[in-house]
Amino acid sequence: MAEVLVLVDHVDGEIKKNTYEMLTAARRLGEPSAVVVGTPGTAAKLAEGLAAHGAEKVYVAESEDAVNYLSTPQVDALATLVERVSPPAVLIPAGADGREVAGRLAVRTNSGWLNDIVDISGDREATHSIFGGAFTVQARATSDTAVVSWRAGSIEIEEQAGAGTQETVELPAIDESTSAKVSNRAPIVGGDRPELTEANVVVAGGRGVGSAENFNVVETLADSLHAAVGASRAAVDSGYYPNQFQVGQTGKTVSPQLYIALGISGAIQHRAGMQTSKTIVAVNKDPEAPIFEIADFGVVGDLFSISPQLTEEVAKRSS
Amino acid sequence: MNIVVLIKQVPDTWSERTLSDADKTLDRASSDAVLDEINERAVEEALKIKEAGDATITVLTVGPDRATDAIRKALSMGADKAVHVNDDAIHGSDAVTTARILAKAIGTVEDVQLVLAGNEATDGRSGAMAGMLGELLGWPSLTHANELSVDGGTASIKRETDEGTCDVTASLPAVVSVAEKINEPRYPSFKGIMAAKKKPVNALGIGDLGLDAGEVGLAGSLTQVDSFAPRPPKSGGQKVSDEGDGGQKIAEFLVGQKLI
Repeated sequence: MAEVLVLVDHVDGEIKKNTYEMLTAARRLGEPSAVVVGTPGTAAKLAEGLAAHGAEKVYVAESEDAVNYLSTPQVDALATLVERVSPPAVLIPAGADGREVAGRLAVRTNSGWLNDIVDISGDREATHSIFGGAFTVQARATSDTAVVSWRAGSIEIEEQAGAGTQETVELPAIDESTSAKVSNRAPIVGGDRPELTEANVVVAGGRGVGSAENFNVVETLADSLHAAVGASRAAVDSGYYPNQFQVGQTGKTVSPQLYIALGISGAIQHRAGMQTSKTIVAVNKDPEAPIFEIADFGVVGDLFSISPQLTEEVAKRSS
Repeated sequence: MNIVVLIKQVPDTWSERTLSDADKTLDRASSDAVLDEINERAVEEALKIKEAGDATITVLTVGPDRATDAIRKALSMGADKAVHVNDDAIHGSDAVTTARILAKAIGTVEDVQLVLAGNEATDGRSGAMAGMLGELLGWPSLTHANELSVDGGTASIKRETDEGTCDVTASLPAVVSVAEKINEPRYPSFKGIMAAKKKPVNALGIGDLGLDAGEVGLAGSLTQVDSFAPRPPKSGGQKVSDEGDGGQKIAEFLVGQKLI
């Protein structure tokens, strides 16, 4: 069976959930091979998790330079393997870094690039969700290899044991004149809350929250539900909440099981980032707020009384 | 120093966007078109470099006739000249093919040291144009810049993405993509608007770039769209007014949905 490459998304020696989704999807297309690019010793920490999710092979591309250059080490490793095993598809996380790797890899290997994919069938028919979920599009690559950017949270993860045989991949020496050197890396620390794009539940606040201090109402509800916290552009622009938590056209696209919108009017630009959520609950003072058009359950009222009451109800039920 | 700034006209995200039934491409005629906001920041950054030293700024766009509006806006902000690649054959080009066209077009501008672009357009959202161009030109790409400085033969940025922040440096020539926080773009002055009318716009077809029709557009792309469908409209859910028990009502709903 053909090998299907999956670029492993990892941080601080831990595998991100999206990797398991990609391994699950890769099994439909062939035999999943996980590709680990990192500093020496990284693959050893990840091998067990990868094998438990169906990786038959684990390609180990380790070097001290792996973290010192922007996207080049990942592109080099994947391009080497594309040439070696001619995979029907390469699955890469659809985050900012991953898309850069994917675009460069598609150019270098002369492959078609399918971006922001939420599903793929065994015959390489991929599903995009575009314009913030307003349309779904079926597309395919006409090249031998399809480069696929995979959006986190799109399919259910299925565990399956794989052999996880490790194989070393030599990274070529970095060409300084064509590479961008990285220093002072500082990963964003999200604290104890789940990451926005990977969370099952998101609680988001908008302009109606009114101030940065008031956002603790949003955070308290989020914590009772083990949820990630999001914010609308209006809330971010007003300085209520940091930029990296912005949901919408110019922020992140989320697709959780449950999305709770507090004091968010639901402008088209915000809806573009969350309307594919499975269940949407909205609280807003304005009965005409457009968020109610897409909410499965809406309450017209004051978020400062409703949200704490809901937090209390959730606590009651989980104790 | 010669700087090329990539600009793009996109459907206004505040208007309804749709796809064309005929060939499954973005229906650019059906919605209002604007210069993508992130491109204005790229133009602004080029203008700052010009003001600090000396630079000639060429704006480059690939698009139909009405992309002229985006070009005029950039020229009225202060860019010096423009290259407009306009050819019916381009219609339907995917992201990789568009990158190939842009790379060829950058080659028509003499001695380019710096290419500036937005980090992500609001329509295609590939978010990788700078990386792809770097790959094609054999130049380093410095992406998602919140700050940019160009000193001698080196470009340095402060990079910020969802994953974190870092400093990035590379030698020129290089491609830099700018992020939303890099600057506040200026408004064109009346004088700028008048001056823009006299600035040269070099219109090129794909033949001028050494490409032929089979290499671009739907035919030249390595991806194909088989079908598309609008998402079924979400059925209007339940809406209640808070009678002092709004939180409890939500909790009951969530229990009913087995979400808590």
